[in-house]
Amino acid sequence: MHNLSVTEMREALTRGETTSVELTGALLDRIASLDDQLNALITVDDEGALLAAAAADARRARGQAGPLTGIPLIQKDIFLTQGLRTTCGSRMLENFVAPFDAHVVERCHRAGLVNLGKSNMDEFAMGSSNETSYYGPVRNPWDTKRVPGGSSGGAAAAIAAGFAPLATGTDTGGSIRQPAALCGITGIKPTYGRCSRWGMIAFASSLDQAGVFARSAQDTALFLEVIAGYDARDSTSVNQPVPNYAGQLTQNLEGLRIGLVEEFFGEGLSPAVSGLVEAAIAELEKLGATVKRVRLPSVALSVPTYYVIAPAEASSNLARYDGVRFGHRCEAPEDLKDLYSRSRAEGFGAEVQRRIMIGTYALSAGYYDAYYLKAQQCRRLISNDFKRAFEDVDILVGPTTPEPAFRLGEKTDDPVKMYLSDINTIAVNLAGLPGMSIPVGFASGLPVGMQLIGNYFDEGRLLAVAHQYQRETDWHRRLPPQFS
Amino acid sequence: MSLSPKDVEKIAKLAQIAIDEARIPDYVSELSRCLTLLEQIGRVDTTGIAPMSHPLDMYQRLRADKVTEIDQREAFQAIAPATEAGLYLVPRVLE
Repeated sequence: MHNLSVTEMREALTRGETTSVELTGALLDRIASLDDQLNALITVDDEGALLAAAAADARRARGQAGPLTGIPLIQKDIFLTQGLRTTCGSRMLENFVAPFDAHVVERCHRAGLVNLGKSNMDEFAMGSSNETSYYGPVRNPWDTKRVPGGSSGGAAAAIAAGFAPLATGTDTGGSIRQPAALCGITGIKPTYGRCSRWGMIAFASSLDQAGVFARSAQDTALFLEVIAGYDARDSTSVNQPVPNYAGQLTQNLEGLRIGLVEEFFGEGLSPAVSGLVEAAIAELEKLGATVKRVRLPSVALSVPTYYVIAPAEASSNLARYDGVRFGHRCEAPEDLKDLYSRSRAEGFGAEVQRRIMIGTYALSAGYYDAYYLKAQQCRRLISNDFKRAFEDVDILVGPTTPEPAFRLGEKTDDPVKMYLSDINTIAVNLAGLPGMSIPVGFASGLPVGMQLIGNYFDEGRLLAVAHQYQRETDWHRRLPPQFS
Repeated sequence: MSLSPKDVEKIAKLAQIAIDEARIPDYVSELSRCLTLLEQIGRVDTTGIAPMSHPLDMYQRLRADKVTEIDQREAFQAIAPATEAGLYLVPRVLE
């Protein structure tokens, strides 16, 4: 049952061959017996999930089921869930139970989706390997000595291992696309503003965007339609109708203009990854697309630009954790200053502290122009490159990551090395464009992902390209041998 | 870019994070390495380029000046480390 697609699950539910309670119970059992090998979930909500499943079955019996009613999912532990602990991967929020639901969570409830629990993640979404989580690293289901990617590593590992067909994620610099690539699944980061950030714990507010993981583009489309949409409570939410993504999947690729991003095929790219991505592009050509090479020269600036802007915004967003209103508070503070600084030192892990300090420095008197303002100007240059490229092509493609999953501990000693692993994904966040990763093959048994980048609000086209590719290939159906 | 131990102490103070003195040399080397990476942008000519603060160049929406929130003080204070009579408790500030 664990490897059924959402559509197959829905058909089984509609025909009365199974119930949501049965489906939910089976997946909860699977998580209970297998997650000690992966550590993909921080919190499992057996009781809440079974109650929600029973409610979904009752709704179906009344003839009021929607397309995803009764389908199980896993929420990233960055989304507030009323009454269920939300840690954001941090000791700071170890005992934090939110007083309200995130907008994305509200929408899932409304659709009748059943939340199984909260997925593990890098602390406050700051990391590319899921090793900064206070709750321990997540392991990659394809090789448990390797990382699943980050920050949404738990969500990606859970989907790959068949713990649920759907999971939410967030992507500030690649946190959906990179783990999707490393775990061999499908993931989409929509256009900035497409999904509400209300109740999604803030990291870097001008970059953060909620998105979706699934095993196929079709399931991704069905789920994105649920969580996308306008919300007045997020001042950056865009008021634009949500298209019927699943209905657009059948668009054929005849005449589609693809731009191959030369910069993503540069130094440091594994030859195996390069070969697989080129083969996938050739497959798209067979389906009627035309390919031309595109240059995005300013993309070379994206790592330093991002690592100024994201920490600067984080240092401001994370100022709210002061040991006063919620979150960790140190024992016996001597005075107010001691309360703030010791609560934060104890509550935040090393990477979060490092980024707060970088951001604080970049915003401090005398350095603002040289760092933050300069980075915002570089951001414009990067965005302009994409704008120019989209005058001639419909989508851009390249490898999602330069190499397949790396070993646990391989990059933890060197923050700069870790930051550079985001090289292909972060420019998309800086420009605010939608991006996707789909599996395109294996290098020495490890999954490899191809990134598809679209113009603003062109998620439907990305999903259609991915779906057409997945009709011709079966990489997305492969399951990790230990979790098949 | 090379930071001094004094710089690190100043940054930590501004960031309100207590740091262990013994770890200052580690912070000096890690943060200096990160800043060296970030300084690459200093060499880029950005004359006449407008800073980009929002990916879609949107402005903040305005709304009517009306009360839209209901009182949820109890729910919000239920998760606070220390409260009394509807107030958040902190160490004494004034003697």
